[in-house]
Amino acid sequence: MSQAAVVARTSSEGAGGFAADTARSRVVLEQEYRLMTSTFPLHLAVALDGAGWHPAAWREPHSRPSELFSASYWTDLVTTAERGLLDFVTIEDSLSVPTAHPFGPVDNSVDQVRARLDAHLVAARLAPVTRNIGLVPTVTTTHTEPFHVSKAVATLDYTSRGRAGWQVKVSASALESGQFGRRSIPELSEQDRESIVAGVLPDFVRDLFDESAEAADIVRRLWDSWEDDAEIRDVAQRRFIDRDKVHTIDFEGKYLSVRGPSITPRPPQGQPVVTALAHQRVAYELAARAADLVFVTPPGAEQVAPIIGEVNAAQERVGRRGEALRVYADVVVFLDADGESGQDRLDRLDALSGNEYRSDAYIFAGSVSALADLLIAWQEKGIDGFRLRPGVAVDDLDAISGRLVPELQNRGVFRTEYPQENLRGVLGLPTDVPNRYAAGTPAA
Amino acid sequence: MSSQQRKQVILGAYLGGVNHHTAWWDPQAGSQIEFDSFEHTARTAERGKFDFFFLAEGLALRERAGQVFDQDIIGRPDTFTVLASLAAVTEHLGLAGTINATFNEPYELARQFATLDQLSGGRAAWNVVTSFDAFTGQNFRRGGYLDSSQRYERAEETLALVRELWDSWRSDDIVADKDSGRFLARPDAGEFAFHGSHFDVSGKFTVPRSPQGRPVILQAGVSPQGRDFAAGNADAIFSPYGDLPDAVEFYRDIKARAVAAGREPGEIKILPSASFVLGTSEADAIEKYRDIRNQQVTGQTALILLEQIWNRDLSAYDPEGPLPDIAPDPEAPPIIQGKAFIHQDRFATVERLRAVAESKKLTLREVVIDQFERGPIVGTAQQVAEKIDSFVQNDGSDGFIIGSHLVPTGLDEFVDEVVPLLQDRGALRADYEGTTLRDNLGLAIPAEREKASAR
Ligand SMILES: Cc1cc2nc3c(=O)[nH]c(=O)nc-3n(C[C@H](O)[C@H](O)[C@@H](O)COP(=O)(O)O)c2cc1C
Repeated sequence: MSQAAVVARTSSEGAGGFAADTARSRVVLEQEYRLMTSTFPLHLAVALDGAGWHPAAWREPHSRPSELFSASYWTDLVTTAERGLLDFVTIEDSLSVPTAHPFGPVDNSVDQVRARLDAHLVAARLAPVTRNIGLVPTVTTTHTEPFHVSKAVATLDYTSRGRAGWQVKVSASALESGQFGRRSIPELSEQDRESIVAGVLPDFVRDLFDESAEAADIVRRLWDSWEDDAEIRDVAQRRFIDRDKVHTIDFEGKYLSVRGPSITPRPPQGQPVVTALAHQRVAYELAARAADLVFVTPPGAEQVAPIIGEVNAAQERVGRRGEALRVYADVVVFLDADGESGQDRLDRLDALSGNEYRSDAYIFAGSVSALADLLIAWQEKGIDGFRLRPGVAVDDLDAISGRLVPELQNRGVFRTEYPQENLRGVLGLPTDVPNRYAAGTPAA
Repeated sequence: MSSQQRKQVILGAYLGGVNHHTAWWDPQAGSQIEFDSFEHTARTAERGKFDFFFLAEGLALRERAGQVFDQDIIGRPDTFTVLASLAAVTEHLGLAGTINATFNEPYELARQFATLDQLSGGRAAWNVVTSFDAFTGQNFRRGGYLDSSQRYERAEETLALVRELWDSWRSDDIVADKDSGRFLARPDAGEFAFHGSHFDVSGKFTVPRSPQGRPVILQAGVSPQGRDFAAGNADAIFSPYGDLPDAVEFYRDIKARAVAAGREPGEIKILPSASFVLGTSEADAIEKYRDIRNQQVTGQTALILLEQIWNRDLSAYDPEGPLPDIAPDPEAPPIIQGKAFIHQDRFATVERLRAVAESKKLTLREVVIDQFERGPIVGTAQQVAEKIDSFVQNDGSDGFIIGSHLVPTGLDEFVDEVVPLLQDRGALRADYEGTTLRDNLGLAIPAEREKASAR
């Protein structure tokens, strides 16, 4: 990823005639950037979720449904992803058992995977058995404590030696609040559900997103609450730390207040990578406020540019400064296998589950070369990278690392080895991140 | 040989951390935060056939009069994350984490420990602590604090709910039969409901029954409520009593409370923390120990340790002079914050310290060196092995949680020199026999709930 191009895409300050000029020159620069990057390495990640994203994935011959809760299963998946030199894996999670319909009522069917492990701990278990791949667990902000989340992700950054990330997730589920019991979140009405699908969030859901942005801000401030060189080990003076380099954060928000400092020193990356999945305005704004990287779900090639436009508008609206959000498109994939096309696999899986598979993301079924075409085409429309959701974890991940990646390498658009960098470096984010509390850092 | 009747010594390994014991000033001292240090200590403990690795916790940096401590180690990692990562580099070692019951929610805790148990093949343990101060509360959404009378009540309910969640799955609930398409044996797998005064919750738990059924429960805290809580609930106690007479009394008291709670005495293990110093001769070891103590307890550290008892600013006192002549001030706002205060009567403690100073003719700093240490085991390897074994055989405890002042390599010499001697005495396993922490400790896997009627 070109740093110069990134900088050119960044600024959103200013007003009046001068700003208009800046805006115009930015557009020009952006176009040049697109041209430049069309030959630049593509960014690829995968989203891991149980046996795969199709509800019948667990029934496939290679799937290992009785091992979904074992370390060896997850080790095999992440090792496969690392063999494909992917940027990172995300690990899905929620504070309730997976259900067929995210906003639907409790689902008591027995024919699908209805259990999951804590994703953060899965990532921590994987850290010592991997070397290069980023580990990005989903952690919900709604019921959890930002203090705990902050030290957990910071510690993952230590145990993975600079490869930690976090997928921020909001929980608007009455079911989940009923399991925690310390706050009550209303049951969504039929009308609420319709309006969510139409892209309009009920007020209490908007508040949860707002709270989530506060939580993420606290997490980030706590990461900065120790300066990198706070630990001095001055034996002569008998001072372990320079206490002037450890800061309370004294955060007082609309929803949350946390004093700090963190109990965990600043993590190796300074700021581990924050990500969020977003489908509409409020979520784009959350990503623009909190994240480094946003996962978006264009339903097809034509919607890629408009969605990037919406993400950019959200960044302007929230007054984002510094690095622009990296935009990764989510695509569910069913790749051709020996003797069976991706489409046939999908049809067969649909027949097993008894329903046509639907997703918030684009569903691709076909050959690796057709998928490579799609990725390159979408990248030319301005997408920074992709997060592939394997329809069947074992099979499609194998195809991604074993066939898609070599195809992309042959076309000269994907790396042939890992850069010797931390996750931020792999993503093209600055690896030297100023600490907001350090003397001399300009106010953010 | 009588090795069959011998009580087996249970060994836990702690990685020294946030206190004045840890000799960060030693040229050999390594990082307190890099994973290498944790990995080294855990691998060393596993090489020594220890039962488990143990992590303490504190959820706010220690402060004195509003300023972060700068003379000791501060800073530590997240407990769960380190333990889950250690699960990848160890095979048999139990993974015990101290986690506060006041500043965590049961649903989340139950998931985290059940996940750790899954990912480690049955090696998870939870050391339940109840520190509750308002100072720490400022780091949390729930804020504030719990009245001290309520903290064990909340802990009791937290644990009951956590067990309810762990028990909500049976080990045969996952069928995963590809042919028939049946994943779950019953639709209500994981279902739970709990109606208490602190928690009124219901729903479904996400983690299938883990290898130990219920991760092992440890407790640390010695107040009467703490003892009853442990006697009723814990599989083991992290005890502060390292001197034989106190330890024997505590041991009897806890086992009696356990029996009163309807349990077998062997169902609860008592494990004091202990540091150790090895020497080529007894005199060499004592000399080394004096030297270490002298470095650990500087004048400043001595004053701070006393301030925690007196709850007054004592900075005007000379560490090389007599103990402060004033009375403690329990009612004042705490001068030292973020440090777990182990239940004690301040006035009685001051009385005791004064008596020691008087009888042994000690300065302020010397009193602290003499009194503020929990049972170090000092001597040749032979002597240390002998002391550990006889302490356990005399019912001072069921084992020890051992740590060194030197991170991360301090445990090496214990494993190289003392462990073989304990094995020769028949007091420590030559190799691991089972696969879970419960196997290591000789604790049964809890019975599962009767099968709920299939709906
Ligand atoms: C040996 C020992 C170790 C302890 N370790 C911790 C610890 O790591 N973190 C913590 O918050 N509290 C720790 N505590 C404090 C106690 O767990 C307890 O929470 C405290 O409130 C005292 O309880 P009590 O009144 O029952 O003694 C420890 C106590 C003892 C005795």
